[in-house]
Amino acid sequence: MSEEQKDKETKLERTNNVSEPQSEESVKPDTEVPTDTAAEAETGSSPTANAPASTGADKPMRAPLTEEEKAARVQAAAEARAARAKAAAEGGEGSAEAPADKPARTRDKAEGDAAGEEKPERPARAPRAKANEEPPKPKEPSPKQPLLDRLVAMLKADVAEDAVEDAVINYENDHLPTVTIKNEHWLSCAHQLRGHLEWSCEYLRNLSGVDQETHLEVVYHMINLSTKAEVAVHVKVDREAPTVASVTPIWPTADWNEREAYDLLGIQFTGHPDLRRIMMPDDWVGHPLRKDYESLDSEV
Amino acid sequence: MIRTEELLLNVGPQHPSTHGVFRIVVKLDGEVITEATPVMGYLHRGTEKLAESLSYTQIIPYTDRMDYVSAMTNNYVLVHAVEKMMSIEIPERAEFLRLIVMELQRVASHLVWWGTYLLDIGAMSPFLYAFRDREIIIDLFNELCGARLTYNYMRVGGVKWDAPPGWIDKVREFLPYMRKRLNEYDKLVSGNEIFLARIKGVGAYDAETAIAYGLSGANLRCTGVNWDLRKDEPYSLYDRFEFDVPLGVNGDCYDRYLIRMEELRQSLRILEQALEQFPSEGETMGKVPRVIRPPAGEMYARIESPRGEIGCYIISKGKAEPYRLKFRRPSFVNLQILPKLLVGETMTNLITILGGVDIVVGEVDC
Repeated sequence: MSEEQKDKETKLERTNNVSEPQSEESVKPDTEVPTDTAAEAETGSSPTANAPASTGADKPMRAPLTEEEKAARVQAAAEARAARAKAAAEGGEGSAEAPADKPARTRDKAEGDAAGEEKPERPARAPRAKANEEPPKPKEPSPKQPLLDRLVAMLKADVAEDAVEDAVINYENDHLPTVTIKNEHWLSCAHQLRGHLEWSCEYLRNLSGVDQETHLEVVYHMINLSTKAEVAVHVKVDREAPTVASVTPIWPTADWNEREAYDLLGIQFTGHPDLRRIMMPDDWVGHPLRKDYESLDSEV
Repeated sequence: MIRTEELLLNVGPQHPSTHGVFRIVVKLDGEVITEATPVMGYLHRGTEKLAESLSYTQIIPYTDRMDYVSAMTNNYVLVHAVEKMMSIEIPERAEFLRLIVMELQRVASHLVWWGTYLLDIGAMSPFLYAFRDREIIIDLFNELCGARLTYNYMRVGGVKWDAPPGWIDKVREFLPYMRKRLNEYDKLVSGNEIFLARIKGVGAYDAETAIAYGLSGANLRCTGVNWDLRKDEPYSLYDRFEFDVPLGVNGDCYDRYLIRMEELRQSLRILEQALEQFPSEGETMGKVPRVIRPPAGEMYARIESPRGEIGCYIISKGKAEPYRLKFRRPSFVNLQILPKLLVGETMTNLITILGGVDIVVGEVDC
C-alpha cells in the first residue's frame, strides 16, 4: 500500500515536473513569444537595422578580451557569416565589428532557447560564452575550404585581381563554397568555371534572382557531375540600372531562368538571345518579385 | 513547280496532350516543324511572391499545388530545406513514413505519366489500367492524411499524421499486386510494334546536350548519365536501401519510357525494404520551436522528384517568413529543350516528344 502511495506520489511529482514548464508555455499569451524573440532579434540577429547601435552597446563588454582572442573571433566570424554581414554593413559604420558580433549572438540565442529558465541571465553570460566558444571554430576548417581557396586563386589569376568580392563557406548548406563575383567580371569568370579543367561545372542546377533592397542579386548554383565539386555564385546587380551578363551561351539552361528573373525582378541580361516576359502577360507593368512592387491596377 | 507555304499552327493552351494549360506556337512546312515557340504562364500563381508573406508551415500547402501529381515530394523539399537550416532532428518513424509516401508517390506519378502518355499516342486502355492502380495509392494517401491529391502531409520536424492501424499492412499488400501489374503492363505495351514504331529513335539527344540544358530525372538518365540524387546526394534514408538507377543508351523517347518503367520496379524494391525496417512505434514529430524561424542564411536543398531535381532555395533573414523562396522546378527546366527537339520533326511527333518529357504544368508555371 505504502509503496503504491509512494509510486503515486512520485508519479504526481513527475507529472508536475513535466506539466510545469508546459503550462507555463501554454499560459503565455501567443503574442509574447514573438515579441520576446523579436527583442532578441533586435539586439542580435538583424544587423541590417541595428548594426551601429549594437556595436556601440557591446564595446564595454568586449574590452576584457585579449588581442589574440579578438583576432580569432573576428576571423572565425568573418569566415562563417562575412557575406551577410557585408550586406548589412554596407551602410558604412561598423563593417569590421558586425561580422564578429553576429555568429556569437546566434549561438547564445540557441543556447538560451534550449535552457528556458536561463533566459534573463543571458546578457551577463554572453561575453564569457563568446570567448569560450569562438576560438575552437577556426580549428575545424571546412573540408571544402581548400577548394574555395583554389577557386578564388584561380579566378584572381585568370580573370582579374579584384574579380572576387567575397568568398565564404556556407556551413549549413553542406559546406557549399560561395563566392561573390564582381558584376563586370562575371562573364569571364563564368567561362572559367565552365571551361577550366579542374572545375568544369557543366551543370547549372539553379539560377535565382533576389531583391536585396539595397541591390539586386543573381545567384547561380552549379556542379561538376563527375567530381561533384559544387559552387554557388552571387553577382550583385545595381537596382537602378540592373544589368548583368547573360550566361545562356555558356549554359543553355539559363535561358528560361534568366527570362524568369527578368520578368519577375526586371534584371536585364545582356547577350540573352530572346529576353522577354515568360510568366506574366506581355503587357504587364512592373516586376512583381521586387520588394517595393505595387500593382498598376489596384483591383488585381 | 509546287509552292509550299509556311503554316503557323497554335497548339494549346487547351490541348489534351499538354495535360494543362500550355501553348506551343509551331511553324510548319508541310508536316515538318521548322520552329516551335512554347508560351507559358497561364497557370502562374506567384507562389514565390505569396511565400514571402507566409510562415513556413503555411507555405507547405502551396507546394502541393506546384506539381499536383507528386505533392509529397514537393512537401518534402520545402520542409527538408527548413530542417537543414535549423538543424532539426527528425524521429525515425516520421522519416520512414516520409520515405514511404514519397516512393508511393513516385509510383503513382509514373503511373499517371504512363497512362496519359499512351493515351496521347493513341492507346486508350492503358490509361484505364494505370488509373485503376493509381487509385489504390490515392486511397492509401487519403486514409493517411485525408486528401487525394493535395496532401499537406509533412511538417517541419516530421509528419502531421501517424499511420492509422493497419495502414502499413495495406501498403505491404499493395507491393506484390503492383509487381504483377507491371509485368502485365510490359506484356501489353512495352513490346508492342506499333508503339515501338512511334517512339523508338524519336526525340533523341546526347549526354552533353542533356547536361547543358540542365535536364534531370529520366530525361537526363536516358542518355546514360548516372545522376540520381537519391544515390549521389543521399537525403532522407535513401542510403540505407539497395536499389539500382536505370540508365539509357540512346537518349530517345523509348529509353525514357524504359527507365520510368524500371524506376517503378525500383521504387517497389525500396518500399519493400522500408516496410521491413519500419519502426513499430515512435514519435512522428521532432522537437520544433513553436515559431519556425530559421537563422539568417541561405540554403539550396534538392531532392529527386519523379520528374527530376526539385530544388528549394531559401534566403532567411531570421524571420518567420522567408525573405526569398525560389523553387527549381524540374518540369520548367526540362521543358526548355523542347523547341530544339521539335525542329525537323513531324507534327505527330510533337505529341510523342512533349509527352516523353513528362511535364506537369502546375510546376512549369509555379
